Amino acid sequence: MDFDLNTEQEMIRKEVRKFAEKEVAPVAMALDEQEAFSPELTKKMGDIGLFGMFVPEEYGGQELDYISYIIAVEEIARVDGSQAATIAAGNSLGIGPINYFGTKRQKEKYLPTLCTGKGLWGFGLTEPTAGSDAGASKTAAIQDGKEWVLNGSKIFITNAACELSMGVTVQAITGHKENGRPEYTCFLVEQGTPGYKALPMHGKMMWRASNTAELYFDDVRIPEENVLGKPGEGFHQMLSTLDGGRLSIAAMGLGGAQGAYEAALKYAKERVQFGKPISRFQAIAFKLADAATELECARNLLYKACWLRSKKRPFQKEAAMAKVYCSELMGRIADNAVQIHGGYGLMKEYNVERFFRDQKLLDIGEGTSEIQRLVISRYIGC
Amino acid sequence: MEILVCVKRVPDTSENEIEVNSDGTDIERDDLVYSVNEWDNYAVEEAIQIKDKVGGSVTVVTVGDEESEEVLRREMAMGADNGILLEDDAFEGSDGKGIAAILKAAVEKGNYDLILTGAQADDGAAQVGGMLAAMLDLPYASLVNFIDVSDDKKLKVGREIEGGNQEMNEIELPCVLSIQTGINEPRYVGIRGIRKVASVEIPTHGASDLGLGADAVGAGAAKVKRLDYFVPELGEGAEMLEGSTEEKVAKLIELLKAKGGIK
Repeated sequence: MDFDLNTEQEMIRKEVRKFAEKEVAPVAMALDEQEAFSPELTKKMGDIGLFGMFVPEEYGGQELDYISYIIAVEEIARVDGSQAATIAAGNSLGIGPINYFGTKRQKEKYLPTLCTGKGLWGFGLTEPTAGSDAGASKTAAIQDGKEWVLNGSKIFITNAACELSMGVTVQAITGHKENGRPEYTCFLVEQGTPGYKALPMHGKMMWRASNTAELYFDDVRIPEENVLGKPGEGFHQMLSTLDGGRLSIAAMGLGGAQGAYEAALKYAKERVQFGKPISRFQAIAFKLADAATELECARNLLYKACWLRSKKRPFQKEAAMAKVYCSELMGRIADNAVQIHGGYGLMKEYNVERFFRDQKLLDIGEGTSEIQRLVISRYIGC
Repeated sequence: MEILVCVKRVPDTSENEIEVNSDGTDIERDDLVYSVNEWDNYAVEEAIQIKDKVGGSVTVVTVGDEESEEVLRREMAMGADNGILLEDDAFEGSDGKGIAAILKAAVEKGNYDLILTGAQADDGAAQVGGMLAAMLDLPYASLVNFIDVSDDKKLKVGREIEGGNQEMNEIELPCVLSIQTGINEPRYVGIRGIRKVASVEIPTHGASDLGLGADAVGAGAAKVKRLDYFVPELGEGAEMLEGSTEEKVAKLIELLKAKGGIK
């Protein structure tokens, strides 16, 4: 066994951390307060190579291993959930499907821009009446000569309605199999296609500096060449994308948990009550000791899931485990971090307040904790 | 232009709480996070910008141990073309003059037009740049905050002068310059840069490669020795202002006027 990261991975952690602390940390609080997506910051993240990390160099990517990508997401999340969301969704959900299932022409057309961070791509799966029950989706497309006609709507789609949005991958019903089950196809819908409307959603509790959209498709005509891969492969593409997406949500949980833990530890060592730092009181010290222990467990679990993925071995069970464990761990640690901060922890002036809010999405997005447990339970034979 | 930049690996003061160790001989070094010295990073950025303008190459060099390789690799990921590690047990315990002697030997193995150092190191005494220039018998400017390449024989360099004043000089090449922070905005290290250098072999030179005798460097040759390491006791003279913010501001202005800080 070898638990060491390689030189490249170590350097990525160090340099992304430095970037996050210098460029993201100073603006995170204000962007959250204003509920504002920052194209400038997104481009800066693109400049240092945070988009297209696992994409081959020929399409403008960095061609890194998956652990390097996960480390980068973790380090951004350690400082701010919103920016980590832009990165994680941009890579796993936006770039991922085009990279893994796109035709050569599709990759050449979209990936080079998406890999610079100057353009973003969304992944439209969830619908107003189809969340965990993805099979209940209604968005459908009908073939009409060399085109497809798309109707329906999607909701809670990251990166799909901001200045940098270039389009979205949409999963739609395109027929039925012999057993009566719907057949799905994914389409690449470009921004500006007639009948396609993407509206930003506001009033969020969390990830307030990340862009979230509602999408409407009203007789949107899509050329044949914008079918992702082949017709009928949509369901498989979606499942595979979500397996990878789980790892990046887990990385957000791990990074956020790490950030909340560090803030709590620092505060506990500085805050003096009853004549000594509160970190010297067992009630506080044990919370921090538990946090450090669980962080170690979470990191090992997540990296192992990534390692399995890099070795092309089955990793779906471990990805679901890492997603639910890291997400919920951030919940426990952010909760304790606010508790350790006392009254100050309730104030927006302290980062732990934002971490506390930002965490909640992780229990819900890209498969709720309940769905992860369902996935795990199927894998263990329940 | 062939440029050599001397860099140093130092404890990162933004990542660590620095404490003196129990016997008072050094700082507590367990679990410290190290980075490239901030001033040196500005020097490397300046070198890369000069290379981008007039061509040539940038080499980074450091005196240190195996661990120091990480700062060379980092600066190469930023855009330096080559790295050289100067490592030998005989170098251990060198004072500033010893380090300058080691660097001088490394400079003489190359063919450099311009040698840059940081103006000082987080854990240093701002002495190596000047001594290196003297040993090489080259012209030297310290605290440089502006460089313009006039031609292949001369540079125009700006220097920061006490009190916020600025001085402009012409200096002949080859020369040694010590670089002040703020001369530029050092770029971030990108992932593409990291990929390029992560597995590059970095050459190491020891005392014999550099033709250095044991009497010239290391603890034996050091003529400056640290006697003690401590946090000074808090002195008298601090006054805490009380009251509301407005009252505190009014009192502060009054005090500043009384002591001649505001005219």
